[in-house]
Amino acid sequence: MLKVESINVSYDTIQVLHDVSFHVDEGEIVTLIGANGAGKTTTMHTVSGLIRPKSGKVEFLGKDLVRTAPDRIVRMGLSQVPEGRRVFANLTVLENLEMGAFTKRDGKNAERLATVFRSFPRLEERKGQPAGTLSGGEQQMLAIGRALMAAPRLLLLDEPSMGLSPLLVKEIFSIVKQINANGTTVLLVEQNARMALSIAHRAYVLETGKVVASGDAKELAESEEVRKAYLGL
Amino acid sequence: MDLLLFLQQLLNGISLGSVYALVAIGYTMVYGIVKLINFAHGDILMIGAYCGYYAFTWAQGTASPGLAIAFAFALAMGISALTGVVVEKTCYRPLRNAPRINALITAIGVSIVLENGARVLPFMGPNPRQVRIPEALTGVLQFSGLTISKVQVLTLATSIALMLVLTLFVQYTRTGKAMRAVSHDQQAALLMGISVDRIVSITFAVGAALGGAGGVLFAMNFPMIDPYMGIMPGLKAFVAAVFGGIGSIPGAMLGGLVMGVAETLTKGFISTKLADAVSFGILIVILLVRPAGILGKATREKV
Ligand SMILES: Nc1ncnc2c1ncn2[C@@H]1O[C@H](COP(=O)(O)OP(=O)(O)O)[C@@H](O)[C@H]1O
Ligand SMILES: [Mg+2]
Repeated sequence: MLKVESINVSYDTIQVLHDVSFHVDEGEIVTLIGANGAGKTTTMHTVSGLIRPKSGKVEFLGKDLVRTAPDRIVRMGLSQVPEGRRVFANLTVLENLEMGAFTKRDGKNAERLATVFRSFPRLEERKGQPAGTLSGGEQQMLAIGRALMAAPRLLLLDEPSMGLSPLLVKEIFSIVKQINANGTTVLLVEQNARMALSIAHRAYVLETGKVVASGDAKELAESEEVRKAYLGL
Repeated sequence: MDLLLFLQQLLNGISLGSVYALVAIGYTMVYGIVKLINFAHGDILMIGAYCGYYAFTWAQGTASPGLAIAFAFALAMGISALTGVVVEKTCYRPLRNAPRINALITAIGVSIVLENGARVLPFMGPNPRQVRIPEALTGVLQFSGLTISKVQVLTLATSIALMLVLTLFVQYTRTGKAMRAVSHDQQAALLMGISVDRIVSITFAVGAALGGAGGVLFAMNFPMIDPYMGIMPGLKAFVAAVFGGIGSIPGAMLGGLVMGVAETLTKGFISTKLADAVSFGILIVILLVRPAGILGKATREKV
């Protein structure tokens, strides 16, 4: 479904991604784990079209993304929940969700809204409130709900567990699993490798801009190297 | 101090201030979206004023006064919006990722080009022109000792109506919500599939259209026009936007009224010569006391 082939990405003169390749098949949860600064967010931004790679290919459903504008990419069925949630603090919860459905003008937004409210009842209770007044966990739910309003086929999540209590992290991960079970393919970026590996089918390990390991999530979770470097065991 | 005189000046100030408010909205909207002080915005007012002038001249005797006025506003707002969009696309968009000072200097350059372009265009030219107001709008109304000219009535009615429509547009339409989203976080807006380029164009168009309408009103109140006429009201509207909190639309409206009232009260009770000094004194005081403006949020510059 998503194919990233040997992308090289730089900020000005500093290269941060070196020949990064990975792929996501329909129906999977794939996770990209790595320490802070490894290049995970840069990878996500490249896939969503916010940054252009110096070389390499990005393909989604067989179509090139490198020369596609970010808003077109969303229309193709690829949505992202950005790192740090990035909700529109000055808009209400409901307006944030409407912005998530900006590309959808098929008259089915009321249904989508009902689905999001079913997954996140808290958002319905707070729909008239400015998003900036929500707690961190609620904002994360809003960020996820907002991305779901575009009815994506592939959902990118950049560190959804960041800054949340262990209990909330658990809740968010079970929601991600649920989203996947309902038919949405997921690409999940995490520093919280243990949690990410526990729900993912496959995983890639990113280290200073290079893919250093990849494979079945369970096998990776048991491999000596990954346990030492990322699970602190 | 004579109360009636005070009320009279207050009324005049609110009428003038409503024009500043219209122009200030353009500054504040553009700043909210692209973080640019569009110093060419005052010249959009001039372009609108010329459009109004031609419309009135053309309509003398050929159409009903109501039609002439509607035509003047439609033409002014349309041409101004077009100018705003073209300037943004050709001059500011290529600099979107450049240091902000580049775009600021470009804006000053655009302003000079528009002013001097108007001077050399054969149908505009450097000489001031008298605006001939349609007959139906000459004269005054009296009530309980206060005098209000018909032009002032039109000024208040038009600017209030435009500000109301703008508020509803920004608050309730899909595009208006997208504007607010883009002004908060461009990258997140892109990730929602919002075309930021399109929203920026619409913002410039709306801001310039209001500036153009402000130009027609300004020309009718004055009633003279010349290629440099946009500079002073442009600067005052900019001060109004800063006063209210740049980026805030209600702030720009409030700021415009305050600037108008401060100007007429100074002229009426202190000295005509001091009016501009008071206007810019307000800028200095607000920058010292509350740099974020009255209705602005105190946010740090994003780095
Ligand atoms: N806008 C930027 N300009 C310059 N360097 C950046 C920028 N964003 C990220 N970097 C650098 O790129 C590297 C990878 O960052 P990032 O992709 O954010 O990593 P991660 O998401 O894995 O923490 C880091 O060294 C970071 O400092
Ligand atoms: Mg990151």
